[in-house]
Amino acid sequence: MSGLVWALLGAALAVILAGCGSAYGVGVAGQAAAGVVTEDPSKFAKVLLLQLLPGTQGIYGLLVAFITLSKIGLLGGQAADISMTTGLLICAACLPLAIVGLVSAIHQGRTSVASIGIIAKKPDQFGKAMLFPAMVETYAILALLISILAVSAIQV
Amino acid sequence: MAKLQMQRVSICALKRDRKAVLEKMQKLGVMEVSSIEDEELERLDTQTARQSFDKKTNGIESALTILQTYAPAKTSMFDGLKGKDLIESDEFNPVIEDREEYLSASKKLISLEKEISEKKANISKTENQVEAIQPWLKLDIPMDYKGTQHTRTLIGTMAPLTTLEMVYTFIKEYDDSLDAVEVEIINQDKDATYLCVVCLREEADKVEEALRLNGFARPANPISQIPLAYEEELKADIRSYEKEIEDRISQVKEFESKRKGLKFVSDYYRMRKEKYEVLGTLPQSERTFFISGYIPKREVPKIQKAIGDVYTCIIDIDELGEEEEAPVLLDNSTFPSSVEGVVSSYGLPGKDDVDPSMVTSIFYVIFFGLMLSDAAYGLVVFLACFIVLKKFPRMGIEMRKSIRLFMYCGVSTTVWGVLFGGYFGDLISVVSKVFFNKEIIIKPLWFAPLDNPMKLLIFSMLFGVIHLFVGLGVKGYLCIKNKDIVGFVSDVVFWYMMLIGLILMLLPSQIFVSMSQMNIVFPPAINTLAKGLAIAGALGIFLMSGRSSKNFGLRLALGAYDLYNITGWVSDVLSYSRLLALGLATGVIASVINQMGTMAGKSVLGVIIFIFAFVVGHTFNLGINMLGAYVHTCRLQYVEFFGKFYEGGGRAFRPFTTNTNYVDLKED
Repeated sequence: MSGLVWALLGAALAVILAGCGSAYGVGVAGQAAAGVVTEDPSKFAKVLLLQLLPGTQGIYGLLVAFITLSKIGLLGGQAADISMTTGLLICAACLPLAIVGLVSAIHQGRTSVASIGIIAKKPDQFGKAMLFPAMVETYAILALLISILAVSAIQV
Repeated sequence: MAKLQMQRVSICALKRDRKAVLEKMQKLGVMEVSSIEDEELERLDTQTARQSFDKKTNGIESALTILQTYAPAKTSMFDGLKGKDLIESDEFNPVIEDREEYLSASKKLISLEKEISEKKANISKTENQVEAIQPWLKLDIPMDYKGTQHTRTLIGTMAPLTTLEMVYTFIKEYDDSLDAVEVEIINQDKDATYLCVVCLREEADKVEEALRLNGFARPANPISQIPLAYEEELKADIRSYEKEIEDRISQVKEFESKRKGLKFVSDYYRMRKEKYEVLGTLPQSERTFFISGYIPKREVPKIQKAIGDVYTCIIDIDELGEEEEAPVLLDNSTFPSSVEGVVSSYGLPGKDDVDPSMVTSIFYVIFFGLMLSDAAYGLVVFLACFIVLKKFPRMGIEMRKSIRLFMYCGVSTTVWGVLFGGYFGDLISVVSKVFFNKEIIIKPLWFAPLDNPMKLLIFSMLFGVIHLFVGLGVKGYLCIKNKDIVGFVSDVVFWYMMLIGLILMLLPSQIFVSMSQMNIVFPPAINTLAKGLAIAGALGIFLMSGRSSKNFGLRLALGAYDLYNITGWVSDVLSYSRLLALGLATGVIASVINQMGTMAGKSVLGVIIFIFAFVVGHTFNLGINMLGAYVHTCRLQYVEFFGKFYEGGGRAFRPFTTNTNYVDLKED
């Protein structure tokens, strides 16, 4: 049964760390966006999109946690009997997204702030401004991929 | 798939036709004016005229803002989609004839606004005075009251928390003989203690000195009235200011009927300014003037007909020189044109680029659908875009293109959704199980990605390889078009050879088998062929890639470095795994929402909770995943795809035309 604790810890870490990262990223980007909107409210839609970009890590965290929870049967109400090894495996499988999500969301938030600066000065360069934060997100996506593949590959 | 071919047109016409010719040009709106430099010819100084038009436009714009503040017109969320109204000249011209009236209206509005803000400033000033008088309200004599024949009254403040005893002590300590003093504390607050002291006229100076040493201060501006009466007076002032403001606001509101006309006049001056701007750049001699600029080749007959046949003039059409950077205007059929916005936000095609809209549009729509991949979401997006397009026919052209792009993306999303079996995630099976006790499962037409993520991963990378190969193919097409056969073979064919060879070698290998659970066994001939292709391609790149360098050693070094780009290809292909990740994200979050919605079970409350969770949750999921799909599809196009062949950096074609803000004039 103690394996279940480890598996749950993995799911929790994915949500907690990635969520914290996204909260930070969306937060700093939001501060910058609010500054731009005080100067020029017509740029609201553009800066809002840029603010949202670092928010995806939190969602990926939710995603991994959900797959994990349904894997260990906590969602159906009937928790599976999981050995220590399996529990640790599941926990390890959650870690890539948890850690990469945290770090990449923070950096993506900072990049979003810089890109919001682009929008403030050159609003027509939206396509390019959007690209910089999207580059950072690549690594969150790669981590998500590995986490999903690993969790779904583990036999319970 | 085309950049329109540009030509340079130069017109030399008589000065007396200048106004007519320019107005005609502006109406046609097909030419970007870029005049030739010539020292000998004069230019008209239009600075003053332009500034006066600018001032008028700005004045009207501020008048419109004022009108909007005090008499707001109804606005809705969809106003941005409406576009400019189409106005008949019968409606437009009479307003323009009365433009002086509108200008004076705008001036009146501005002066009203000024009065309103002055009154508001007065109110806040008076309110400050009321505030300042508050501590003195209990004083029933004027604040500058000097006293009677034998007494004097000292009014002022001391430090907070001063008590009567303390004041008497202060006076006693200063001079023991001072007896005839009456102190009254009028008020106390955290800033000060407010005193009224009555004493004998002869001792007044001593008493004041005694108090002053302990922090007594007379008020800065004593009022010659009883504080209560003074407060009443101030309040009456405020009321009268407020009334005046109301009066001015109702005066502003009377101008509401002029709003439309003001917009017309604002646009009118905007057009005139544009015209004078062009006029200022035109070289002219004593009797003639010259206008020169870029024009799309297919529009040339229009100019000939509208200007050449009507006025006395000479029109010269020249092909552009090799080195000249022509402005870029894209011309595509309906489907590819919808992606033009995406292309131009990366950069319009430069001098040596082709217009990538056609290929980009196909992949854009496919990838977007794959990332969102839910049939119901796709249908929602499609219907929303379709309705908006039908409902707002006068929407701006750029906006129309983007919305059309999302409409196509909606269709593609639906198709992928049906293939993967996503309808609001797993809504149908969850709802049928919880509310109808009978689970209905709609089988995916192809397979469910969550059951077999590896399979979709392999396919994502396959799509990536196809996308990248098409990009490389376009590069090859460009080489052939520029008759650069060596470049075609060494930069394109060798890469194809090496990559195809490597892929063929990878397929039967252990890594691929363990990833895909597919055991592909090629006949030995193909294995040999694969090795041959890979080696030949690699050798070709090694030898040819650095061909621009004369030094043979350096050339080989450059070739070896270019071979290193194979890692770039690997990372490019891996980047397409986001197709899988984002597709899974939509489906999984949708099923989280469905699960939460049905947690309350089969009851009336359960249904209400379910409906709430359904609307809020799926709106959120659709929004966030559309954002993701949009951003990451763009990324795949910009970084991976355009990286293979596209430079960008073209300059947009900006014709001399009627640049209005509010209305489009109908052509006569």
